[in-house]
Amino acid sequence: MSLQPNSITNPDLSETKNAKTAKPRSLWMDSLFHLLKSKTSLIGFCIIFILIVTAIFAPLIATHSPTEQSILNQYQTPSSEHWLGTDALGRDIFSRIIYGTRISIQIGVIAVGISMIIGVLLGSVAGYFGKWADQIIMRFVDILLAFPSILLAIALVAVLGPSLRNAMIAVGIIGIPQFARIIRSAVLSVKETEYIEAARAIGAKHGRTLMQHVLPNCIAPIIVQATLSVGTAILDAAGLSFLGLGAQPPTPEWGAMLSDGRAALQNAPWVITFPGLAIFFVVIGFNLFGDGLRDALDPKLKK
Amino acid sequence: MLKYIAKRILLTIPVLIGVSVLTFSLIHLIPGDPAKSMLGTKATETQLKLLREELGLNDPYIVQYGNFVGKIIQGDLGESIQSNESIAYELLQKLPATIELTIFAMILAMAVGITAGVIAAVKQYSWFDNISMTGALFGVSMPIFWLGLMMILLFSVQLQLLPPSGRLSSSIELETITNFYLLDSILTWNWAAFKDAFFHLLMPGIALGTIPMAIIARMTRSSMLEVMRQDYIRTADAKGLKKRIIIFRHALKNAFLPVLTVIGLQFGFLLGGAVLTESIFSWPGVGRYVYLSVLGRDYPVVQSTILVIAIIFVFVNLITDLLYKYFDPRIRYK
Amino acid sequence: MKKRHYMVLFTLFFAVVLFMAACTDDAGTGSTGDSQSENASGDQGSDEAEAQNGKKTLVFGRGNDSLQLDPSKVTDGESIYVTNQIFDPLVRYKTDSTEVKPALATEWNVSDDGLVWTFTLRDDVTFHDGTDFTAEDVVYNFERWTSSGDFSYYAYMFGSTDEDMGGIIENVKATGDYEVKFTLSEPNAPFLQTLAMPPFGIASPEAIEKHGEDFFKNPVGTGPFVFEEWIPDDKITLSKNEDYFGDMANIDEVIFRTIPDNGARFLELQAGSIDLMKGLNPQDIQTAENDENLQVIRRPSMNVSYMAFNTSKKGPMSKKLVRQAINLAIDKEELMSLYDGIGKPAKNPLPPSLWGYNDNIEDYGYDVEEAKKLLAEAGYADGFNINLHTFANPRPYMPQPKITAQAIQEMLKDVNINVEVVVNDWDTHTSGEDTSYDMKFLGWTGDNGDPDNFLYVLLDKDNANASAGNVAMYKSDEVHDLLKAAQTEMDQEERIEYYMEAQKIIHEDAPWFPIAHTTPPIAASKNVKNYVPHPTGTEPFNLLDLEK
Repeated sequence: MSLQPNSITNPDLSETKNAKTAKPRSLWMDSLFHLLKSKTSLIGFCIIFILIVTAIFAPLIATHSPTEQSILNQYQTPSSEHWLGTDALGRDIFSRIIYGTRISIQIGVIAVGISMIIGVLLGSVAGYFGKWADQIIMRFVDILLAFPSILLAIALVAVLGPSLRNAMIAVGIIGIPQFARIIRSAVLSVKETEYIEAARAIGAKHGRTLMQHVLPNCIAPIIVQATLSVGTAILDAAGLSFLGLGAQPPTPEWGAMLSDGRAALQNAPWVITFPGLAIFFVVIGFNLFGDGLRDALDPKLKK
Repeated sequence: MLKYIAKRILLTIPVLIGVSVLTFSLIHLIPGDPAKSMLGTKATETQLKLLREELGLNDPYIVQYGNFVGKIIQGDLGESIQSNESIAYELLQKLPATIELTIFAMILAMAVGITAGVIAAVKQYSWFDNISMTGALFGVSMPIFWLGLMMILLFSVQLQLLPPSGRLSSSIELETITNFYLLDSILTWNWAAFKDAFFHLLMPGIALGTIPMAIIARMTRSSMLEVMRQDYIRTADAKGLKKRIIIFRHALKNAFLPVLTVIGLQFGFLLGGAVLTESIFSWPGVGRYVYLSVLGRDYPVVQSTILVIAIIFVFVNLITDLLYKYFDPRIRYK
Repeated sequence: MKKRHYMVLFTLFFAVVLFMAACTDDAGTGSTGDSQSENASGDQGSDEAEAQNGKKTLVFGRGNDSLQLDPSKVTDGESIYVTNQIFDPLVRYKTDSTEVKPALATEWNVSDDGLVWTFTLRDDVTFHDGTDFTAEDVVYNFERWTSSGDFSYYAYMFGSTDEDMGGIIENVKATGDYEVKFTLSEPNAPFLQTLAMPPFGIASPEAIEKHGEDFFKNPVGTGPFVFEEWIPDDKITLSKNEDYFGDMANIDEVIFRTIPDNGARFLELQAGSIDLMKGLNPQDIQTAENDENLQVIRRPSMNVSYMAFNTSKKGPMSKKLVRQAINLAIDKEELMSLYDGIGKPAKNPLPPSLWGYNDNIEDYGYDVEEAKKLLAEAGYADGFNINLHTFANPRPYMPQPKITAQAIQEMLKDVNINVEVVVNDWDTHTSGEDTSYDMKFLGWTGDNGDPDNFLYVLLDKDNANASAGNVAMYKSDEVHDLLKAAQTEMDQEERIEYYMEAQKIIHEDAPWFPIAHTTPPIAASKNVKNYVPHPTGTEPFNLLDLEK
């Protein structure tokens, strides 16, 4: 489930080879080059690419409708007609997994969107203004971190009511602290640079300085954190759906498919095998690509 | 050192207050009238009034919060709506199962994670490094509920080696003293029960421990690598000290500190992940208790249990911090 | 100093690693042998097994824990399943039917006007706590059940209200040490049958006084088994009552284990760690039948599963034509494949095994075109959106509620009805707190084998409420008059007439989409002998035997 702050997920402190000399523009080029050179992040990129393409062209790729049922064909083993077999209602598992990519992307975008917007806002205000604003915000973040994240998500869904929408909100909320912390430290380091001081000296307003000068320089850690968070969000949301607290039937959400297929564990193991594999691969994709992005984009995170 | 401990303990107080405020607010997040959504629209006005009074929903928030905290300090966590039983009592009955599972998973994660991390770092870029780090990547990306089901499929259905649910076979008799079955079976010299309890722990323990294991392995490896590049290790190497001594006595000692922090944080993950693991393996612990209460809209149970788990987690973090300072050679307290 | 810490820590780690390696090795090579030898010790000749641990223990696996072990306060089957072993009612059902036989009462008679029932009690019975059983104890129990609104089954069966706690029972008197007299306010045809229900098991007054609020955790009755221990959400242990007045139990101990997942429970049965289980997944029946160590036993059918339409809600559900259209738009035969051979399609609320069943009624049948026509006639040609509330875990009358709901959801798309499936857990589903449902899955297992127990409870306007009973909120005066007449009529032929007529009206008004009657499968180890499941869904285990 939820991973811990990402500096810990893969703190590959070892490969501090690249220099931090380049100017901003060439840093991006440098990063891109770096990213594509790494085999692992390339694999990650490919998985994400396939995921997005599948989601866009789902109707073309799927062999059946994801909800079309044919009860008489329940629990068919994988065959040329049903590549990954059928479930209890005779629905085509392959097609459901294909359509499930859309749900996963939706979860990724919305949940991480929530964490990112609120997290960046809190983190940058805390970092930029410091003092009591920093104190209040970071103590609030500490409080959120005092709860095991998935448990907090479950509690939130419990009070909001089970649905995919509420699951995304809950997963979004538990992702806030990580964004806030990372953005705060990024802002802190940018704030001290000369050109920010210069901007302030010419009399630029705080809001303007923050939006125009500080935040654009924190894009890199935001992107890295967002990528890694998508994997976590998909994993958490699938967990909630597995418990019946997320996507509701007949939504072809992977976690919900697993929960539906539990009854057939012994007789039709394919019903639970493939949706699980799908979650697994997509999360691997985001983790690999996120790690690669960090190595490439954000030398600061590597000391 | 004592001063530091005192200071650090004092610092947990605002966090604890925040945690209690947040769990307290949880019940007010319920859309509409909480009493009504607990009892249903069929409830009579008198019943609603009674429950509102019981929950103190008529008082100002600050008074309600005061009562909430006051009761908790006295160990009163309220009553479950479903069973009418004291929540504190039900929790106490279920906590040992969860703590046993959590600790088992953590030991498993540490034993495998640290070992793999150290070897991977020492033999950087070797096949072992590659395989274990790929394994760690798989580990952090693992949907543990799926892993649990797959293990049941393999070890219970196919191979029939491990029991798919519960803590102990019914045929085994065990005198419970602490309710930690492994411990109880050792205390009563009951080898059959120990073996049985151990087999029951294996699959849930592995499912729960996988992600922390992977994270610990990665952390240990990178932390080791960093330390081993330090001058003093190189010096030791140049001096011709035995590699084993360098690794264990010098490198690991320093590399262990960041790992310790991760371990503390992962306890939180384990307590949360227990909800999924326990519901898959029918483990009669707190995780399943929360899950069933969520399904049954037993909000007082959800609220109190989450509060208790958060408090446990805060204290685990406190202990980790103190250990960190204790072990950190760079920090000296007078 | 410091160094030693690390050495200790890491020796510990490696010790653990080594230890685990050793153990898993043990699991890999030795454990097949181990589990076999464990099984073998269980399978050995009975004398040897008994010599070994001296006990015959039946481990019974089920999906949910009991709520309370006070049968008078609960309605859930899992509580009653256990209390049926601990408490005896005045009369009990025969092993395989809902006819009654003597239990605590040996004889009974009823006055000609049907108002006074006299029971002669056994004089040789003691409660598990050692106190003697007398007529006063019966009076005590009935007084307790009328003392507050907490005693749900009493209120249900005898129609008590806040004003009149006694309901149709005017008074209960001890007319001798071993004789009690019941005076009713109106004749009640199912009265005797009702008294045999497990919720009316007689508890020890002394224990009730002693334990007060906690009696439900310390049940004391006269039944074939004595309560030993309850670990919530894990297991309940009962031991044989050595002084039982009836057929003394063949087994020494019963353990009820809670294993929520049907599949996991079946795995435990296959592994031999439980002996008997309820709630077999239909998909697993075949596997169980092919397993040479297992047997599948089917409980006689006396239940019905249905989808109730919320007739009191404004909108489409209040229209008879729409309800009939939905009946036409669902392919019931196809739904039956989700029951995997354990279910027969239902056309009436009554199960066919009960007297009074109206077989002349013809079911609506599957006809999408006709359904569309009716919908158009009702003004819903373009369809509408509604919800269907279902529960998450299987029940005996509905093995796959979530899947069945999705199947209906998809079928109704063909007539432009968009269904939102809402999944609740059982407690929430039956608590009646949410009245927003348009359609709701539910089912009923007969308590006493009387048609009244189905029709009056499930479809009379007296019982129209959202929790259980008449969740369709169906309020037909015609049906009510018929059911009331049948209740107070003692002649069975007359009663049949009333029920036949009532079923006709219900069919026409279509407050339900009746789904199925099932024969719930029970899987057991072949060692389990003489196990006869009762149609009411619960049976005492005293006749059952284990051949180990």
